Amino acid sequence: MRFKYVLNEVLVGLWRNVTMTIAMIITMSVSLTMLGASVLMYMQVDQMKNYYYGEIEVSIFLREDVTAAQRASIEQVLSTNPLVAEKTYESREQAYEKFQVLWRDSPDFVKSVTPDSLPESWRVKLKNPEQYAEFNAQIEGTPGIQDIVDQRELLDKVFKIFNAIQVMALVVAGFMALAALLLVGNTIQVAAYSKRREVAVMKLVGASNWFIQAPFVLEAVVAGLIGAILGFVFIFVGKVVLLDGRLQALTNVLTPIPDGNVWLMLPLLAGVGAGVSAITAWITLRFYLKV
Amino acid sequence: MIQLENVTKTYPKASRPSLDDVSVGIEKGEFVFFIGPSGSGKSTIIKLLLHEVAPSRGKVVVNAKDVTTMRSWKIPHFRRSIGCVFQDFRLLPNRTAYENVAFALEVIGKTKAVARRVVPEVLELVGLGGKEHRYPHELSGGEQQRVAVARAFVNRPLILLADEPTGNLDPDTSIEIMRLLDRINRTGTTVVMVTHDSNIVNQMRRRVIEIESGRIVRDQARGVYG
Repeated sequence: MRFKYVLNEVLVGLWRNVTMTIAMIITMSVSLTMLGASVLMYMQVDQMKNYYYGEIEVSIFLREDVTAAQRASIEQVLSTNPLVAEKTYESREQAYEKFQVLWRDSPDFVKSVTPDSLPESWRVKLKNPEQYAEFNAQIEGTPGIQDIVDQRELLDKVFKIFNAIQVMALVVAGFMALAALLLVGNTIQVAAYSKRREVAVMKLVGASNWFIQAPFVLEAVVAGLIGAILGFVFIFVGKVVLLDGRLQALTNVLTPIPDGNVWLMLPLLAGVGAGVSAITAWITLRFYLKV
Repeated sequence: MIQLENVTKTYPKASRPSLDDVSVGIEKGEFVFFIGPSGSGKSTIIKLLLHEVAPSRGKVVVNAKDVTTMRSWKIPHFRRSIGCVFQDFRLLPNRTAYENVAFALEVIGKTKAVARRVVPEVLELVGLGGKEHRYPHELSGGEQQRVAVARAFVNRPLILLADEPTGNLDPDTSIEIMRLLDRINRTGTTVVMVTHDSNIVNQMRRRVIEIESGRIVRDQARGVYG
C-alpha cells in the first residue's frame, strides 16, 4: 500500500518535470560513462603493468673498446649482484641476427649496418623490476659499460599517456557530475515546491520525515539509475565498436579488456549514480523541507 | 495537559519579544480562548505547542512531554496527538473531502481499510454526510472548514488547536463551526482557540486568556471578550 503510494509519487514526480528529468539523466549518464571509462582504463593499465613488467629487461651495453678484463669483471659484478634474477650475454653477432630479423622489412637499412656497429650487451632480468634505480646505481661506475637502458622507462612513457587520458576522463566526469548534481538539486526543489501543500499537510498531521522525503529521494535515485544504465550501455557499445572493431590492432598491444571488467562497471555505475543522487536529494531536502 | 513555564519567544530581528515571560496551564478537557489584537503574540502560542518554533527561554510541556527538549525525529509522532485547524483551511485542492481526510490517515501509516471505516464516520460527525466526494472548490467556506476539522479530529487527538478558525467565515457560519468545536470538546478533547472574534467569545462563555504585547493581561474562567 505505502509502497504503491511512494512508487506512484515517484513516477508522477519524474513525469511532471520531464525536460528536467531528461537533462538530469543525460548529464548523469555522460558523467558516469567517463567515470566507468577511466576506471576501466585504470584496471587495464594495472593489468598491462603486471604483464609487461614480468617481461621487462635491463640492457647493459658495453663500450666499443671494452677489454677482456673489463668484460670478465662486468660478468663477475652481475653474477654477484643480489638484485639480478637472470642474465644473458648477447654478442655483436647475436645482436646483428636479431637486428636483421627485426628490420627485415627494410633491407637497405640492414645492409648499411654491420655486426661491428652494434654493441655487445648483457640482458638482465631483475628480481623486482621496481628496483631499477638501485641496480643502476650499483653497477653504473663499472668500467667498460657504455649505457644502461631500462625498458621500463619506455613503458612508463606509454603508461603516462594512459594516465593523462585517464585524468582527462576523470576531470570531465567531475564537471559533468557537478552539473548532474546541480540538476538533481534543482529538480528536487521544483518537486518540493509543486508538492508544498501536500508536504505542509503531511508535516501538520505528523507524517514521519522519511515518509515525506522518500518519494523525492527515490525520484533522484531512479533518475540516477537510468543514467547509470545508459552510461553502461555507452561503455559497452564503445568497447565493442572501438576496441573490438576499428582499433583492433591497438588492442593486440594493449592486452584485451576482459568482458568481466566491463560488466563490473554496471554495479559500479549504478551504485555511484544512485548513491550520489540520493545523497544530493537528501541534502537538498534538508534545506527545503524543514521540520 | 498543556503547560507554559516562563516562556519567552523573540523572533530573529524582532525588536521586542512576541511572548514575554508567559506562564499558563491548561487542563485536560478545557476549552480555552486566546484573544488579543493582531501581533499580540497569540499565534506564537500555537506554533510553540506544535513545535514549529522553539521558545527562546522557558519550557513548553504538552501531553506530559517537554517539547523544548524533544529530539527533532520525535516531533512527527508527537504531532499525531494534536489536531490543527487554520483560518485558511489548508485543504488539498485536487482531492475530495473524503480524500483530504483519508490523506491525513494514510501518510501516518494507516491502511486504506482503516480510512474507509473511519473517514465517513468523522465526515458525518462534522455534518458533511453526503458531500464526501466534493472537491474543496465545490464546497462553501464553512463546509471547507468542516473538512479541515474532520481532518484534524479523525485521528482522535488529545488536543485540538484552532488558529482563527472563523476568520474567513460569516457570523452564522462561524457559530456553526463553534458548535462543532464545542461538540468535539465534549468528547474530552482539549480545545485551544486563538481568535479576535468578540461575538464568538462572548457567546461561548469559556475560559479567556487575553494577551497584549506578549504578556498575559487577563485569565478568566467563563470570560467575555472585552
